[in-house]
Amino acid sequence: MNREKSADTKAAVRTIDIVKSGLTRRYRAERRFRFYGLSAILLSILFLALLFASIVGKGYSAFWQTHIKLDVFFDPAVLQKEALVNADYPSLVKASIQNLFPEIDGRQDRRLLSALISTGAGYQLRRMVLLDPGVVGRTVSVWVAADDEVDMTLKGHFRRDLPEAERRMSDKQLAWLDHLTAEGRVERKFNTTFLSAGDSREPELAGIWGAVTGSFFTLVITLALSFPIGVAAAVYLEEFAHKSRWTDLIEVNINNLAAVPSIVFGLLGLAVFLNFFGLPRSAPLVGGLVLTLMTLPTIIIASRSALQAVPPSIREAALGVGASRMQMVVHHVLPLALPGMLTGTIIGMARALGESAPLLMIGMVAFIADVPDSLTSAATALPVQIFLWADSPERGFVERTSAAIIVLLAFMLVMNAAAIILRKRFERRW
Amino acid sequence: MTPVSLLVVLLVLSTAAYYVGRRKAFALAGRAEGAVKLHSRPVYHGALTALWCAIPALLIFGFWLVFEAQVITQLVVQDLPESIRRLPPDRLSLVVNDIRNLESGNFVSQTIDPAMQAAADHYSMLRSISHNALAVITIALMAAAAVFVRSRIAIGLRARNQVEAIFTVILIACSTIAIFTTIGIILSVLYEAIRFFKVIPVTDFLFGLGWSPQMAIRADQVGSSGAFGAVPVFLGTALISAIAMVVAVPIGLMSAIYLSEYADKRFRAVAKPLIEVLAGIPTVVYGFFAALTVAPFIRDAGSVLGLNVASESALAAGLVMGIMIIPFVSSLSDDFINAVPQSLRDGAYSLGATKSETIRQVIVPAAIPGIIGGVLLAVSRAIGETMIVVMAAGLSANLTVNPLQAVTTVTVQIVTLLVGDQEFDSPKTLAAFALGLVLFVVTLCLNVIALYVVRKYREQYE
Repeated sequence: MNREKSADTKAAVRTIDIVKSGLTRRYRAERRFRFYGLSAILLSILFLALLFASIVGKGYSAFWQTHIKLDVFFDPAVLQKEALVNADYPSLVKASIQNLFPEIDGRQDRRLLSALISTGAGYQLRRMVLLDPGVVGRTVSVWVAADDEVDMTLKGHFRRDLPEAERRMSDKQLAWLDHLTAEGRVERKFNTTFLSAGDSREPELAGIWGAVTGSFFTLVITLALSFPIGVAAAVYLEEFAHKSRWTDLIEVNINNLAAVPSIVFGLLGLAVFLNFFGLPRSAPLVGGLVLTLMTLPTIIIASRSALQAVPPSIREAALGVGASRMQMVVHHVLPLALPGMLTGTIIGMARALGESAPLLMIGMVAFIADVPDSLTSAATALPVQIFLWADSPERGFVERTSAAIIVLLAFMLVMNAAAIILRKRFERRW
Repeated sequence: MTPVSLLVVLLVLSTAAYYVGRRKAFALAGRAEGAVKLHSRPVYHGALTALWCAIPALLIFGFWLVFEAQVITQLVVQDLPESIRRLPPDRLSLVVNDIRNLESGNFVSQTIDPAMQAAADHYSMLRSISHNALAVITIALMAAAAVFVRSRIAIGLRARNQVEAIFTVILIACSTIAIFTTIGIILSVLYEAIRFFKVIPVTDFLFGLGWSPQMAIRADQVGSSGAFGAVPVFLGTALISAIAMVVAVPIGLMSAIYLSEYADKRFRAVAKPLIEVLAGIPTVVYGFFAALTVAPFIRDAGSVLGLNVASESALAAGLVMGIMIIPFVSSLSDDFINAVPQSLRDGAYSLGATKSETIRQVIVPAAIPGIIGGVLLAVSRAIGETMIVVMAAGLSANLTVNPLQAVTTVTVQIVTLLVGDQEFDSPKTLAAFALGLVLFVVTLCLNVIALYVVRKYREQYE
């Protein structure tokens, strides 16, 4: 008995010793593992912060644009009464900047001087004259946009201390610019062009309004088609269909489509909508159709889970007082499931807003300077505009691309916030 | 009448038909005193009238617009001068394009000659005739339908059942759209791919080692070999996806483990949404980030270390793609780790295992089928991802596995082959559909396997 007990304690001591001798190592491993987990999370958050910092850091300055004040003499000799629309406005701009530097001579220098001003200045004067013809014959101080190279130099994106040959602006131009700045003729103003204009080859004249309108038309089509169809499909699968091979097939299809690469939907749109049905290229109509097919699975899946969340007692009560199945669904189940469906739809729309690959396939990637005015006119979308600008060599477009991304992210933020608020406000726990 | 205004008129008329039907029902109910009652409520009589008005008219409207352009083009081409009609098909389609552009007031590629102008006028006249005819036909049809249904409305009409039957048919039709989309994808991609494989044999495409999709226009042209061996493209895709997975799987999995096993509620409430923000950012933004921030950074870092890094290195694209996929891996793994029953954890703790030992030796092995399913889904996302690689990866097809060199991917090639002007007969454009077919088949297989594995796993613990 005694011997047995001592053998037992001996064994117990040995086990606990083994455990104890390993404990520090194991606790160290534990801490290390925990540290890996935490650093994984911090790393992803760091990536997110880097992404936002790099975009915002590059893009915020695009919301301000350098303007130069010119004293424009609206010369009646240039502005003939009957030809105000087609008058030579750029010559007015040239004359007014040359007035500021009367000492400059020679074609070469004059051209360099005029290059400080954006080519859009002529259009600005034209708008002024057409709006108020009484301005002809007077001298008016006008703030016109500076050329993008001036803008970039003043914002510090071009270094001034490089040798002249490596700079975009010559020494002379810089001297003139400093002269203008000293006279208080250079100022940074809020960039309304960026928010209100269509695309342009000149960074200082390019804006996102055309792309925003194109995205809007595209999303209108997407919403108008995918919400009713998605809800109808979800209602059928959840409330009416009996489980069969047929519904299994539909379900497998929906789940697969949700994971098909978006560019494949673009190929479908190109082959079917453009080449088979002959719909117009680059049109928001086709973009909307393609994005509808792409977002449908998301909306169907969200709508089905919203329907599943409605308790069966509601259905039984409706059927119990004599409602038909359709009445039960339309009068009782749908209203209760609607907030969930809307949440899913908004999230699907936000994804569709950020999608660009399928739109490249159906030609919404062309250079389009006009703001689209109908569902079939040539248009581009906001993410595609970002893609196009990111490809442009001018330094001014880097800033504008980042600014367009900020606008796009702001739209998506608003949509997702709306979805969250909707969920919080109307979510019912049974 | 333009189609859009006609559509508005159709909707207004259908609403009117609703009230016509409802009024008739109310009138019947009013006349039949006391005992006799309508079978259905008047709302259903109204709805029945409106549906019978709207559905046939909308169907005709849709079909008309789909086929209108082709029919009119045929008619216009028949009236063109003999000399133009004899042109080969591709030239003829250019002429037709010019006519359409002229008609809609756009710029045309050549000077306007009177024959073209006449054809354009003819085109626009035919179109306005067609639109007016459509308006007359649909409106007449709607009126007839409204009168007919109104005359059928009677006390015993089972309006509710008929309306519900129509709605059921509509619901079924909507739910089959998913199937038609899949069929549409398969048919359209397969059809063009088969045309491609008639020119380039399948084996050359799948196993060839050279990719330079330029077809020689003239026989003696230099540098247009027209090689369609897609192996370098596949390898590039695999390389970039592999880099992405090397980034995404450890980070995603460890984040999921930390969030579900270690983090307290407050940390979880902040960190989880933040990680999911990564999933909501549009891919074009990642592409811009990769091309303008990450790629130059990697190139500069490489030159400091004495390495020669291409400015469009696979590493930059793969790294950023990995960041994009982190939330995908982490949220799926989170689900599966949470699905592991608490009893398994309790069992391991009671044996004296530490938390990390429990996780590594009990929870992760129990959740591994689900995690593998999630990773497969992530791989299929990486393969199909387009914008990041279009903006940050290269165009030239290098047969290499060196992550510092530029490689190209399937999606990049599809985009470059199809964006811009295209002729639909050249193998160059058709090659894009062949690549699309491969992409679709591979992602489909991955998805089917992944969904199967995930479903099996879910059933295991339910």
